[in-house]
Amino acid sequence: MIKADKLVYNYRKYDEEGREKETIRAVDGVSFDVQKGDFIAVLGHNGSGKSTLAKHINALLTPSEGTLWVNGMDTSDEDHLWDVRQSAGMVFQNPDNQIIGTIVEEDVGFGPENMGIPTNEIWERVEESLKAVNMLKYRHHSPNRLSGGQKQRVAIAGVVAMHPKCIVLDEPTAMLDPNGRKEVIRAVRALNQVEDITVILITHYMEEVIYANKVLVMDDGKVVMQGTPREIFSQVDTLKSYRLDVPQATLLAWELKKAGLDLPDGILTREELVEALCRLY
Amino acid sequence: MSIVLEHVTYTYSPDTAYEIHALKDVNLEIKDGQFIGLIGHTGSGKSTLVQHLNGLVKATSGHIYFNGEDIYAPGYDMRKLRSKVGLVFQYPEHQLFEVDVLSDVCFGPKNQGLSQEEAQKRAREALRMVGLSEEYEKQSPFELSGGQKRRVAIAGVLAMEPEVLILDEPTAGLDPRGRDEILDEISYLHKERGITVILVSHSMEDVAKYVERIIVMNQGEVLHDGAPREVFRHYKELESVGLAAPQVTYIMHTLKERGFDADEDATTIEEAKETILEAFRKKGKKI
Repeated sequence: MIKADKLVYNYRKYDEEGREKETIRAVDGVSFDVQKGDFIAVLGHNGSGKSTLAKHINALLTPSEGTLWVNGMDTSDEDHLWDVRQSAGMVFQNPDNQIIGTIVEEDVGFGPENMGIPTNEIWERVEESLKAVNMLKYRHHSPNRLSGGQKQRVAIAGVVAMHPKCIVLDEPTAMLDPNGRKEVIRAVRALNQVEDITVILITHYMEEVIYANKVLVMDDGKVVMQGTPREIFSQVDTLKSYRLDVPQATLLAWELKKAGLDLPDGILTREELVEALCRLY
Repeated sequence: MSIVLEHVTYTYSPDTAYEIHALKDVNLEIKDGQFIGLIGHTGSGKSTLVQHLNGLVKATSGHIYFNGEDIYAPGYDMRKLRSKVGLVFQYPEHQLFEVDVLSDVCFGPKNQGLSQEEAQKRAREALRMVGLSEEYEKQSPFELSGGQKRRVAIAGVLAMEPEVLILDEPTAGLDPRGRDEILDEISYLHKERGITVILVSHSMEDVAKYVERIIVMNQGEVLHDGAPREVFRHYKELESVGLAAPQVTYIMHTLKERGFDADEDATTIEEAKETILEAFRKKGKKI
């Protein structure tokens, strides 16, 4: 579905006369392979290159070196630009910057309309997309009266309506309250499991990562760790050295283990921790 | 020395079809030197409340007293209030504008009427407080990382030497280490300088870890007001108003139900660890 081969991206800085001053290698030789239906989480501190990498997946940026294929298409090939963008939709942090319609259903219909989809099919797509994120009952509402989590789900529906094979979400919950975060993550998981859409989720909330089937950890433009959430979160010290964290249940289990309790490695959820503690008690 | 709110009500578009009560009869006392967490779902009235505290928004009815003086009394000096009560907005780095870091931080104190020299002295102190060394002073604020920009913005408010510092989600969008660093610095400021801090946050874990008192807002009203362990005891009610409790609270309550002799009110990892270990010790396990 998505394949990166030694992908490099350089940001160029220019001085006042327009001469090249320095280049910053934001993505540095990244290779990975995403299968159809995967749920990939990408972790990394601010400035580690996650967002730069994400912008390659729908060809907002193209590699300085190396190659990225989306659905078999080389993203550097301009002939495929619109096909790439249709295959991989993108959702950003701030829902207010992504909503343009004055009515929810108009906003969701904007993407398919731009693609030249016939009107009756647009309405079908709007309906199924709003249903997929559990926002159908707000279809006639004005987006500016919605909560952050609701707005973000409308933004996701707008992407879903374009029938992408893959959705890239760049910190979609960073500005939301606990309930909004829960709603958005629930919608994303449903898209992945029910609609079989490939998901790439960039986040700083470790609790959101435990639903992924694979985690990539980035540092300094490179992928430094790759594995299942359980494999990744078993390495508390290594993650901390990359300025990251682990879910609270994992952290508590790790602290208790250090203090001498015989707990297994890689506990991810509250339920797992409670069960493991009850077995010892 | 404190901020007292008496029957504060704020209504958007009063006497029209769009009338909304953003705050309804809010009564609070914020004592000097407290570290307070303000939580509530989006639209619960948190931001409207903090904007009242430095006079950016005027209550539709009710009174606010700052250090005993009614801020709505005729002739009250709002400029002075705003320099005593510093407000750091969400994503404050969007408000950086100067050519270099030092000038940006100087903007506030210069507006207060301080000389260039005095303003720079204050700015340097504020930058050191948020952990930015001299080498950053001449850099453009736009070339810094997200966490550094946010520190510059916070320094801009600290340089005005406020007695009360209000931060509206200061860690949104920061990575976990950046979040810990900023909160540790704020906590240090609170301890060393004794300034009152009001932290608006969506992270229950952060609130549990740092603050001594939590105010929960819901639909413009104060729903709970107390120490973290008291407030998070109502975790089911908090969920019903779109909030949550720290993960630890859920773990402790389930353990209690499953027969653990442990303190279910523990809200931080540290507290949970101690009480769980203690429960095992009470059963004769050597840890």
